Amino acid sequence: MSVIAPNFKLSEFIKSLLDNVFWIIFIVVLIGIPAIMMILFVIEMPVIDGELLTPFLALTWIADPSRILPIVKAFMATDIFRVMAFPGFGFAALLAAGTIFIERKMLAKLQLRVGPFYCGKFEGILQLMGDGLKLISKEIIIPAKADKPIFWAAPVLFVAAAAAFVAFIPVAPGWVVADVDMGLLGVFAVIGFFPIITILSAWSANSKFPFIGGIRALFQMVSFEIPLILSLLGVVMLTGSLNLSEIAASQSSFPWIVFLPVGAIVFFITMLAELERIPFDLPEAESEIVAGWLTELSGMMYGLVQLGTYLKLYAFAALFVVVFLGGWNGPMVVPPFPAEILEKGIELGPVTANIPGLPLFTQDMLNGTLWFVLKTVGVIFFILLPRGVFPRIRVDMLLSLGWTKLIGLAFVNIFIALGLLYAGVLGPGGLQ
Amino acid sequence: MTFNLPPGLALQKVDERIMTLNVGPQHPGSGHMRIIVQIDGDYIVACDPDPGYVHRGEEKMAEYRNYITNIPHLERPVIHDSCNVLYPYVLGAEELLGIEVPERAKYVRVIASELNRCIYIMYWLAIYGIFLGHSTMFMWPAGDRELLIDLMEKMTGARVTHAHFVPGGVRNDLPPNFEDVCLRQVNYFEKRIKEYAAVFYDNPILISRTRDTGILSRQDAIRYGTTGSVLRASGVDYDLRVKEPYDVYDELDVHTNVMKEGDSYARSRIPWLDMMESCNIIRQALQKMPKSGSVRVKLKPNPKTKGLESVYKRVESGRGSLGCYIVSDAKTEPYRVKLSVPSFRNLIALPNLLKGEKLGNMPSVYWSLNYWPVEADR
Repeated sequence: MSVIAPNFKLSEFIKSLLDNVFWIIFIVVLIGIPAIMMILFVIEMPVIDGELLTPFLALTWIADPSRILPIVKAFMATDIFRVMAFPGFGFAALLAAGTIFIERKMLAKLQLRVGPFYCGKFEGILQLMGDGLKLISKEIIIPAKADKPIFWAAPVLFVAAAAAFVAFIPVAPGWVVADVDMGLLGVFAVIGFFPIITILSAWSANSKFPFIGGIRALFQMVSFEIPLILSLLGVVMLTGSLNLSEIAASQSSFPWIVFLPVGAIVFFITMLAELERIPFDLPEAESEIVAGWLTELSGMMYGLVQLGTYLKLYAFAALFVVVFLGGWNGPMVVPPFPAEILEKGIELGPVTANIPGLPLFTQDMLNGTLWFVLKTVGVIFFILLPRGVFPRIRVDMLLSLGWTKLIGLAFVNIFIALGLLYAGVLGPGGLQ
Repeated sequence: MTFNLPPGLALQKVDERIMTLNVGPQHPGSGHMRIIVQIDGDYIVACDPDPGYVHRGEEKMAEYRNYITNIPHLERPVIHDSCNVLYPYVLGAEELLGIEVPERAKYVRVIASELNRCIYIMYWLAIYGIFLGHSTMFMWPAGDRELLIDLMEKMTGARVTHAHFVPGGVRNDLPPNFEDVCLRQVNYFEKRIKEYAAVFYDNPILISRTRDTGILSRQDAIRYGTTGSVLRASGVDYDLRVKEPYDVYDELDVHTNVMKEGDSYARSRIPWLDMMESCNIIRQALQKMPKSGSVRVKLKPNPKTKGLESVYKRVESGRGSLGCYIVSDAKTEPYRVKLSVPSFRNLIALPNLLKGEKLGNMPSVYWSLNYWPVEADR
C-alpha cells in the first residue's frame, strides 16, 4: 500500500520524532563519541595559525564570522553552488514554485473563486508542497505494453533539458552557470530537445491518446521553433554577439524592445506555443485527447514533467527578459553596503566585531538580481494571463499561424534591425 | 491467426490509416456516453454515438406509482432543469384528472420554468466553455447560476430537484417579498450574462474556432427532427412557447431568437440569447401575476382517471420540445408514460455533423447540440 499516513495524528508524529532524537543521542553517546576519542588518540592533529586544531577549536571556528565567511565565499565561487543554488536550479525552482502559486491565485481572482485557501494558514501558500507530497505518495502505473526504459527515462530527460536551459540564463553581471560565447545557439539546441523527448514519451506509452498528443506537440514545437529563432536574430545582428551576458550588458541605456517591438511580440507568441500554454495547449487538450502526451504518466513521473514545464516557463520568461527587456539593467535602487561596518566593524555593546570578508554580495549583483526578478515576474504574469481569457485553438489554425504569419513578421523584424543598423541609429556612433 | 466466428458474424475490414478512438464513457470530453470516432490523421471519417450508459427505466417506474408519487422521480432525467422536465407530465395529468389550475399558479409555473431554463443553460454553457479550453467560462456561469438557484431555493425549498409542480398547481405559494427579490436578482443576472460577450462570445479565437464548423442546414435540421436551440440556430422559427402556448404563455410577449448560420457558433449563441429572453418573460410574468389567490387545487389522496384515454402534452424545455404521452386506464397509476426527449432528437444529427470535421472540433460540435446524456437514456 502506498499510503503515506492512514491515521495521521500530530501527537504521534511528534512522538516519533522525539523517539528518533532519543535513539540518535543514545547511539552517538554510546558509540560515536568513544569512536572519535579513539581516532583522536591515533591521528596527529594539524597546526593552523600556531594553534593545534582540536575538535573543540574546529567547532568554535564555525561560530566565528572571520573564519567562516571566506569559506562561504569560496563555496559560492564554485560551480556546484552556481548549478545547484543561485543562478541555477534552486533559484529557478523557487521562482517556478512562486509562479504556480501566483497562477492559482490570479486565475481564481479572475474566475470568481478563492483558489487554494487552507493549506498553510496564509492563502494556501503550502498547497504546492501538499500536491508534491501527494504525487510522491502515489503509485506509478506503467502501461503493460509500454517501452519501459524509454517511458521511465522521458520525464527525467524532460527535467534535465529544462534545467540545462536554465543554465544559460545570466541573472546578474557575472552570475551565470554556463557563460559560453555561443549561449543563444546553445539555448536553441536545448529547445530542440523538447519535441524529441515529448515524442519519445508519447510513443513509448503505446497508447492512442498520448500518441495523438505527442504528434500534436511535435507539430507545434517544430513549426514554432523557426519563428522563435528568426525573431531573436534581429537582436543578435544589433549586438553582434551570441553571448547572453553580452546581449544583456549591451542594453544598458535602452532595452531592445524599444527598437524591435515586432520581434518581441513574435517571440512572446512562439514562447506561449513552445510552453504548451493556453491558447496553444493542444497537446494537452482535455476534452479531445484526455491529457495528451501526459495521459499515461502517473505519480511522480507526472510531477517531474510538471516541474520541468514550470522550469521551462521560468527559463523562457528569463530569456525574454535578457534578450528584449535589458536583463539585469535598471536604476540603482539597492543602497550601498554601510561603510562604517567595513571600516570600524559592528559594535556589539562592549565588543566591536571586525569582520573581514564583508560584503558577501556586491551592490551591482543585488541590484541586478532585483531588477531581473521583477522583470521576469512581470513577463510570467503576461504568460499566465491568456489562460483566463482565451479558449484553445485548433491544429490547422496553429500551423497556419506559425508557418505564415509569425515567420513573415519575424522577417519584418530582421529588416527593421538591418535598417536600424545601416541607417546608423544603432551601432558605432549611434544611440548604443 | 484464424477465428471460428459464429455464423452471421464477420470481421470488419478497417483501413490501416484509420485509428478508432473510444471517446467515453470515461473521458473528460464525453459525458455519460460513448462516441466511437474513427479518424484519418486529424479528420473524422466516421462517428458512432453510443448512449445508454445511464438508463434508469423512468418510464417503467412510472407505471407502478400513482399520479402524485410519480413527480419526484420523473424529474430525475435532468435534475437542473427539473421544472421543465416535469411540466408536460403535470399538464397531461391535469387533463386526465380533469383539474382546472388557478390563474396565480400558472404564473408561478411560468416563473419557475423560466428560472429553471436559465439554470440549465448556465450549466450547459459552463461545460461548453471548458470543452473549448476556456476555464473562465466554466467558472463564471457556475458561479452566476447561484443567483437563480438561491431564488429557486426560496421558492421551492430545494436547490436542485424541486418537485414543485403538481397536478393542480404548484406545491407552495411564493414566499413573502419574493417578487422584489426575484426582480432584483434577475436584473443583476441579465447584466452579468451580458458581460459574457466580452470574454466569450466576441472572443476572436472562439469565433474563428467555431464558425463554419458542424454546419446543419435548414433542411437537414428539419429532416433529422432536431428541436430547440439547434433548430433555431439553423434558421427555423420554432418555439413551442409561441407556436403552441401552454398555461399563460399566450398572454406574455415571447420573442424567438433565430440565427441562420447553423454552425456550432450559432448553436452556442442561441441559448445565451434565450436566457435574456427568459429574463424578459420573468419580468412580464411578475408584473401580470395576480397578487393573491390560491395556487393549488386540493386533490383526493389517490386520484383516479375516468377511463381508457390518452393525452400528449409538450413544452419548450431548455433543450427543445419535450413531450409526455400518458395512457390511463381508470386506475390510480398511469398505464403507460412515454417521454419524448429533445436530447435524443438532437443527438441524431451528430454523426452527420462530425463526418469530415477535424478532431479538434469534436467537443465543440458535440456539446453545441444541447444534448444531455441522462435525459436521452432516461
